[in-house]
Amino acid sequence: MIVTMIAHVTVTVHPDSTGIVEYLTVFVLAAFVGIEVVSKVPSILHTPLMSGSNAIHGIVLVGALTIMGEARGTAQLVLGFLAVFLATLNVVGGFVVTDRMLEMFKSKPRERAPARSGEAEEPGEPT
Amino acid sequence: MTTAASLPLATVRDLVYLLAVIGFILALKGLGSPRYARRGNWLAAAAATAAIAVTFTLPSLRHSGRNLALALVAMALGALVAVPVARLVKMTAMPQLVAIFNGVGGGAAALISIMELLRLHSVGLKPAVYVTAEVLLGVLIGSVSFSGSAIAFIKLQELITGRPITYPGQQATNAVVAVAIGALIVAALVSGNIVFVYVLLGLALVLGVIFVLPIGGADVPVLISLLNSFTGLAVAASGFVLDNDLLIVAGTLVGASGIILTRLMSAAMGRSLPNILFSAFGAVITATGGEEGDASRSVRTGTAEDVGVLLAYARKVVIIPGYGLAVAQAQHTVRELADALSARGVDVFFAIHPVAGRMPGHMNVLLAEANVPYDDLKEMDEANAEMSNADVALVVGANDTVNPAAKTTPGSPIYGMPIINADEADNIIFLKRSMRPGFAGIDNELLYDPKTTMLFGDAKDTLQKLVAAVADA
Repeated sequence: MIVTMIAHVTVTVHPDSTGIVEYLTVFVLAAFVGIEVVSKVPSILHTPLMSGSNAIHGIVLVGALTIMGEARGTAQLVLGFLAVFLATLNVVGGFVVTDRMLEMFKSKPRERAPARSGEAEEPGEPT
Repeated sequence: MTTAASLPLATVRDLVYLLAVIGFILALKGLGSPRYARRGNWLAAAAATAAIAVTFTLPSLRHSGRNLALALVAMALGALVAVPVARLVKMTAMPQLVAIFNGVGGGAAALISIMELLRLHSVGLKPAVYVTAEVLLGVLIGSVSFSGSAIAFIKLQELITGRPITYPGQQATNAVVAVAIGALIVAALVSGNIVFVYVLLGLALVLGVIFVLPIGGADVPVLISLLNSFTGLAVAASGFVLDNDLLIVAGTLVGASGIILTRLMSAAMGRSLPNILFSAFGAVITATGGEEGDASRSVRTGTAEDVGVLLAYARKVVIIPGYGLAVAQAQHTVRELADALSARGVDVFFAIHPVAGRMPGHMNVLLAEANVPYDDLKEMDEANAEMSNADVALVVGANDTVNPAAKTTPGSPIYGMPIINADEADNIIFLKRSMRPGFAGIDNELLYDPKTTMLFGDAKDTLQKLVAAVADA
């Protein structure tokens, strides 16, 4: 399914394409991928997953930068500035918070040991 | 990459966006497995960084020094605020932090849609109907997510009551707002007049607020997950507006996965999503059930010394942590107690309810922070299988997740929610601040059970006394 979707994206991406149906196709396929990828997550990772996907939609920063390039006049510049600022909060804060959550899982014995063997153990943060 | 130089810059950009999409999909997959979760997050961060960097090759940005400078300043400011906040906020405040980062993303998506419309109008173009529709969707979903997340943050931060907020005529108000939004969308599509979009923006912000106010504190995490999904869809809508596949795919991935996660979370609470969103759960019961219980009935309170002896000479102790443990920041102290008991040969494990804390997995994160071994954390079904062999169930700051009313009282708001069967243990110890009911706002029969002993006070203080008592026993 992922392969199909990627193949489709490569075929349909075209800078001057305004074909709404093509974008709808990408949208529908991406929705299936999203459902497929997430349905197998153990419940202990639900919070980090929520946080991680929160960071991923921070990619809206790309959109904010794109529109900022086109901004003309004070009103648009102010709105653009705000959009870039808010999107940066989302993407930067999202990834940092998620990493901090997942950091807590690293010094696990047994089950997780093979994946983390290269990393030094650190005590949890004092609180 | 030797051929990259000869490719048009736009193609290179789209290829990097495609790589970012692949990165995001693999990252989401990684986040679903304990082994690869952290790498998954790094991969997503790397993909986002690459996509953002390559966006600066856009001719429009490169050729307007002022716009470029403003964009860089906005990004620098954003990073300056986000990093310290994300690093320094307490682990217990994670849910509201996710809410706020989610809300600003929704706000950005709404602004992008509006700006594109403004731009089209300023160059004298009348956008096609489907473009207007995309803009309207982006504004609507993004604004609801923005204001809804803000209210969710305020509730979780306890700046306003966590209880559902209801008022006379609430249903009628909601209906009026919903109808008005529908009418505005039609009007905007038919007339193409930009004023309708501004009014829609305002009404959508109102909708986000009135949508979230009646939802109780215990259900807010499910709501955040739903709003996260909304923001994803708003980002996808901006992707449609800007003809950008990266935004469409990334936004939709989050939108779809967020819906699945939201359903998993509400299933863990034994309730349907519409029930959580529209029932103003716990509002009415607070007024009746919570108060009369403590006034008219007595509970048995014990001393830390007595309980310490009981724990020290038990064979099997099950610790059931809840939100109270998180609030008291007692995760390290509870681990000390578990270690002290293990050292004496007591069989100790933690029973983790799926919604313990405030989000699924929240309690695991907190206990992992305190270096509780992963194998000592048992999920609900596994823990319940052993509960009848347990000598002591030590309930630390939990309430609704062990309330037998979920099994025995069909009229109860939590009826049908899976619980940890603390009532099956030979002795039940509750560490609680007071007799106040939990988030669901209902009385807990288990507190009055003859097998139950209450230890009132801050969970951390009480646990410290217990550690000392076990050492002396």
